[in-house]
Amino acid sequence: MTAALIEARHICVQLGTQEVLHDISLQVAPGEIVTILGPNGSGKSTLLRALLGIVPITRGKVMRRAGLRLGYMPQKLHIDRTMPLTARRFLSLPLRHDRADTDAMLARVGVPEVAERPMTGLSGGQLQRVLLARALLTRPDLLVLDEPTQGLDQPGEAAFYQLIDEVRRDSGAAVLMVSHDLHVVMSASDRVICLNGHICCEGTPRVVSSAPEYRALFGLGTKGALALYQHDHDHDHTHDHGHSHGHDHPHHDHEQDHV
Amino acid sequence: MFDDFLIRAALAGIGVALAAGPLGSFVVWRRMAYFGDATSHAAILGVALALALDLPVGLGTLAVALAMAVTVATLAARGWAMDTTLGVLAHAALAVGLVAVSFVPGARGDLSTWLFGDILAVSKADLAFIWGGAALVLGLILWRWSALLTATLNEDLAAASGLNPDRERLILTLALALTVAVALKVVGALLIAAMLIIPAATARGLARSPETMAVLAALVGAAAVLGGLGLSLGADTPAGPSIVAVAALAFALSVSLGALRRGG
Repeated sequence: MTAALIEARHICVQLGTQEVLHDISLQVAPGEIVTILGPNGSGKSTLLRALLGIVPITRGKVMRRAGLRLGYMPQKLHIDRTMPLTARRFLSLPLRHDRADTDAMLARVGVPEVAERPMTGLSGGQLQRVLLARALLTRPDLLVLDEPTQGLDQPGEAAFYQLIDEVRRDSGAAVLMVSHDLHVVMSASDRVICLNGHICCEGTPRVVSSAPEYRALFGLGTKGALALYQHDHDHDHTHDHGHSHGHDHPHHDHEQDHV
Repeated sequence: MFDDFLIRAALAGIGVALAAGPLGSFVVWRRMAYFGDATSHAAILGVALALALDLPVGLGTLAVALAMAVTVATLAARGWAMDTTLGVLAHAALAVGLVAVSFVPGARGDLSTWLFGDILAVSKADLAFIWGGAALVLGLILWRWSALLTATLNEDLAAASGLNPDRERLILTLALALTVAVALKVVGALLIAAMLIIPAATARGLARSPETMAVLAALVGAAAVLGGLGLSLGADTPAGPSIVAVAALAFALSVSLGALRRGG
């Protein structure tokens, strides 16, 4: 058995007087892609933030593998216009990286031209890519992404997920992400966790999508909607994610590295 | 050279400006302008307490400013509506301080000293206090620079990088209280916030990185001190307000320059 990178055991999180997360247990193994899915207010972001130690947990515990390196991409980043900050300088917060590394990473995520531009002048897509670059610069074992495609249009979203998949294969990092985009989740995840304050169901995308809890949560109870979604899924594989056949194999190789 | 009152005044002002520039940049980035007001207005209450208890004024202002800064930071963390809360606290601190000062025999006469500063009467001991405090503030900011910057940018990013945003906020709060205590003699309780905000806002238009903004803010502040003292000497104007007026002029120039540059 492979040691988990991060593991939550029966954690509860309270915000104010309300218990937002109840009795959550999960683990992420090296190299795997785990997606947390859930309706608005289901505690998805809070779960990520609790795992990272940003919000305190009231019960249970979170364990990290010793020396675990994390790369975190927050849901949104508002930078006050009063702070002059170029993308390059942003990448070196809080740890300095040299110029060659930041240049290479910006090129890797497809925005080499923004290095000297102010962060407040970047487009939504550029900002997401710079955030991803920052997360990758720590050479993470685990990438934690909170709705990484928020604010992107559909082509932008597809391209961004493709980028995540590529960098994951380059780096061998595991990915734990929150998403609301059902069909991307289904095509790109090894495991899906369906969250609504507690874990409703979890498993491979195929198992989860046929679970009654999942259907109840996303209103996919009717056969019509499900059929439509299945169609979308196939479509994704053949067009937007033309590489996805290759995607499975290196991934398995990778898992073997860690066994 | 410390025997010349004008040299002492210039050195005192420059000492304050060097600390207020970088700290003021954080005040601007974090939108804490009103927070600076509340803290500096509380200094008057500190003066009253120090005089009544026969303690050094610097100690009294430091203690009360720190208490105010911690109160405000705590209320903010608990989710109070900061606009209103700070409006209440800033003015209440000033009013209560002025009432308290009126009870202290002899202090009434030089009330304007505490409100607008008395930079031309800075003694050697004052100078040592000002430079000691300013060095401490600069030391704190330099020591925590990267962490402070990350926590200012985004507290979640800071926490995920293993930093503690609460601790960084506390460090800024402490630095702010220190700066207030140090600047009281130079520009007075009413204008301390101006020395924090105006030089930093002036530097914003000219800087492309947080580091250059902090350094420029210190330089703009120091230049305003020299210009203000010059104005005060030449035109017999009050020194503290003259310094702030010169800083405001620099701000206006920087804004026009920025507009011109964008327009061209």
